Amino acid sequence: MSLAIRVAGLTKTYPANPPVEAVRGVDLEVKTGECFGLLGPNGAGKTTTLEILEGLLEPTGGEVEVLGGRWDKNERDLRERIGISLQETRLSDKLNVGETVALFRSFYKKGIPAEEAIARVSLQEKVRAFVDKLSGGQKQRLAIACALVGDPDLLFLDEPTTGLDPQSRRQLWDVIREFKARGRTVLLTTHYMDEAEKLCDRVAIIDHGKVIALGTPNELILQLGGEHVIDFTLDGSAAHVTPEVLQSVKSVRSARPTPDGGFTLTVSDPPAALPALLELLRTQGAKLAGLTTRHATLEDVFVNLTGRQLRDAD
Amino acid sequence: MSPLSQLVLSRIREFLREPAAIFWVYGFPLVLAFILGTAFRNRPVESIKIDVVVTDETRAEGEKLVARWKEKDPRLKVELNSEADALDRLRTAKTSLVVTPDPAASARYRTVADDNQPGSVLAKAAADVLILREANPDAKVPEATQAVDQSGGRYIDFLVPGLIGTNLMGGGLFGVGFLIVDMRVRKLLKRYLATPMRKSDFMLSIALSRLLFTLIEIALLLGVAHLPAPVGFGLTVHGNWLVLGLLVLLGGGCFAGVGLLIASRVRTLETASGFMNAFMLPQWLVSGVFFSSDTFPAWLQPLIQLLPLTALNNGLRAVVNDGAGFEALLLAPGGHWTGVFFSPLVVLGAWGGVGFFGAIKLFKWR
Repeated sequence: MSLAIRVAGLTKTYPANPPVEAVRGVDLEVKTGECFGLLGPNGAGKTTTLEILEGLLEPTGGEVEVLGGRWDKNERDLRERIGISLQETRLSDKLNVGETVALFRSFYKKGIPAEEAIARVSLQEKVRAFVDKLSGGQKQRLAIACALVGDPDLLFLDEPTTGLDPQSRRQLWDVIREFKARGRTVLLTTHYMDEAEKLCDRVAIIDHGKVIALGTPNELILQLGGEHVIDFTLDGSAAHVTPEVLQSVKSVRSARPTPDGGFTLTVSDPPAALPALLELLRTQGAKLAGLTTRHATLEDVFVNLTGRQLRDAD
Repeated sequence: MSPLSQLVLSRIREFLREPAAIFWVYGFPLVLAFILGTAFRNRPVESIKIDVVVTDETRAEGEKLVARWKEKDPRLKVELNSEADALDRLRTAKTSLVVTPDPAASARYRTVADDNQPGSVLAKAAADVLILREANPDAKVPEATQAVDQSGGRYIDFLVPGLIGTNLMGGGLFGVGFLIVDMRVRKLLKRYLATPMRKSDFMLSIALSRLLFTLIEIALLLGVAHLPAPVGFGLTVHGNWLVLGLLVLLGGGCFAGVGLLIASRVRTLETASGFMNAFMLPQWLVSGVFFSSDTFPAWLQPLIQLLPLTALNNGLRAVVNDGAGFEALLLAPGGHWTGVFFSPLVVLGAWGGVGFFGAIKLFKWR
């Protein structure tokens, strides 16, 4: 399978005192036709990596190949073949949707008609609406229509659903899935783990400028050693209930305390683990305040890898 | 449609859909011209106020004197008052001159004037003439003909070229500088950079839309000022229209270059406003927009004459009011700052050149 993006040893250091190492050696390969997600907390280096791949930033070191070309040699050709949605662009308030997309269409030699790009993001009814009259989700869809109108082979989306309501997020996911179904490649960043699980074929988890995990969402979850999670909290304190003790419970792969005084266990076989856990708590004289079981998520993968919650990781 | 025409079209649409912008660009200069032009409309002196000091005994004689004088100078408004009252009226500027008949005085009259009152000087001159003519009935005074109140010499004629210059300055700085900084703040520049759009198309679109807005602006201002009173002021362009056009292009280009230079690195609208005000404010004051820059001291003149707005205003006035042709481009102001280095072509060319070349070196799209 051919590669849409190949990155080797990518670094980016911003001059400062001391220098800020935003990206510290990233290697990635994105296959043609896949949806690839860069995950990580704010400030992990996702956007910097993405902007280097988009040819908007110069890397400090490393090799970057996009669609078989290089930014220093094939910039014009690459610009024709990629579509970009930046994290926050405020398009001209006083142009309407149709005019905005037509303006972007004029920049590309070939592409799809503006009306078609607008239809793909379901903004047909808003063609005559001024940009400043659109909702947040509609503005984001318009930004993506501007990225689609050049009929790109490769689409870069930087946090496309941040700050949107659940319905708008799902609408955007549909747009991205439809684009991928045409055999095109998508590279997106997100700090929503559920978004990556639902949308991405493969993900790279980035923290402190490095890739700390790479694979399909399923693979990463399986790496936890168990794809089920038991969360429980205790009524009152129980000094003898420690992660070490909990790890000895049958089928428990890992155990860690949570900030609210409870514990999170990853388990391979919940029916076997639950009775054993309850038995342990009874013998230790601990009283359960609450217990839930669920499937493991990429969130658990991140916490397991870094010991930090994703949302308060910055 | 080509990217260039789409970009220009977008600029025009954005501008036309911002009613406030239209008022400040097109309406405000007209309002300003109308108000100032009307307020400072040149008028002949309507009346000269003189008090003649009389007592109860001399009142009848005073009345005869007033009748004689008014016949000779119809502008006079004379009141008869006691000496104390007359002096009090002079002190409070209710009258401009106090005349006391005094047969013992060498001229047979004594006068009290107030040098701080402009009207007083005028009244003294008028009274002196009348007194002299009474003493020498054969004396002749030269006839005066109206000369100043012709197109080209009134305040409005001075003002309109100044307003055109100011508009070109504001348009260049705001229409180019502010616009670009705003686009950078909104990350729109970066978004454009991420497309195959040619940077030259983008820059050209700003220049072309600016040119269009400027031409409309100037046509409107000159057109309305040209209409006969009371709507306009009957202003005419006495010089070469082609040179006027060249000056407008040169001035617009110069200020666009300065605007571009300011916009090349600035990342916030506040910083941009600061730079622009620092550039524009002194020029509004000293470059002869509302009053001649000759009023400033001589040692400041070389500095003032090197400012782009001064050079532009000088050139525009030479064409509009003094009927200049191509020599207006190389016009050197008089005094000890003569020389072609201070001409519109050189000053505007230098400022614009520094602006554009500086911007090429410094400009950042991100």
